[in-house]
Amino acid sequence: MLTVIAVGGAIGATGRYLVGLAWPGPLSTLLINIVGCGLIGILMVLVTDVLTQQRLVRPFLGTGVLGGFTTFSTYALDIQQLVTRGHAGQALLYLAATIVGALLAVRTTVTATRALISWRSR
Amino acid sequence: MRLLLVIAGGMIGAPLRYVADRAVQRRHDSLFPWGTFSVNAIGSLVLGFLAGASAGLPHDVQLFAGTGFCGVLTTYSTFSYETIRLFEDRARFLAVANVAASIVAGLGSVFLGAAISQAIWG
Repeated sequence: MLTVIAVGGAIGATGRYLVGLAWPGPLSTLLINIVGCGLIGILMVLVTDVLTQQRLVRPFLGTGVLGGFTTFSTYALDIQQLVTRGHAGQALLYLAATIVGALLAVRTTVTATRALISWRSR
Repeated sequence: MRLLLVIAGGMIGAPLRYVADRAVQRRHDSLFPWGTFSVNAIGSLVLGFLAGASAGLPHDVQLFAGTGFCGVLTTYSTFSYETIRLFEDRARFLAVANVAASIVAGLGSVFLGAAISQAIWG
């Protein structure tokens, strides 16, 4: 179990590192966190309602890959750096955009995935 | 080579998040996601410390401990998913409290970590 999570975490970290190399800065963290939140919404509905026998899917993809891809510490550090450099307005905007975007992404994909599953099973 | 450092940090961070989450959650008979809250606060403290010490630390250490370890130890996807679950379970106060407390704790930790390392390295 822990090995599966470790490999997933390595994949998630690699993805985040490469996105950060391509587009350095808080905007890439914003994008990573919102995309990761959208994907976890899909995943959690699938493992709860469809893939109930696949016991390693959630630890690998959820705890490992998506948990490692998204990050709270870089989000907090980005805000601290913006504030320290005198961009308090941008810091507040980034703070709010990430949390609103992340929660909307989870809510939307959870609802959409559930709707798709119930539509398919009719 | 740099990617390997990120991967190595991630392979430690992900299983540690899983183990810490389980250990913290077992001690609290509460709906509030204390496990994720704790790893996000601790990871932010360490990342703030590393960022404050960036002049005194080699870039390789930042990649391994910052991008890899702290990035993967903390998570935005699980945090958002747990918040939406609280909301759906009609624990709306806990959902709002989780968002507010996580952001306040994450930011406080990053500022504290940076202040500690600046006190050490000047």
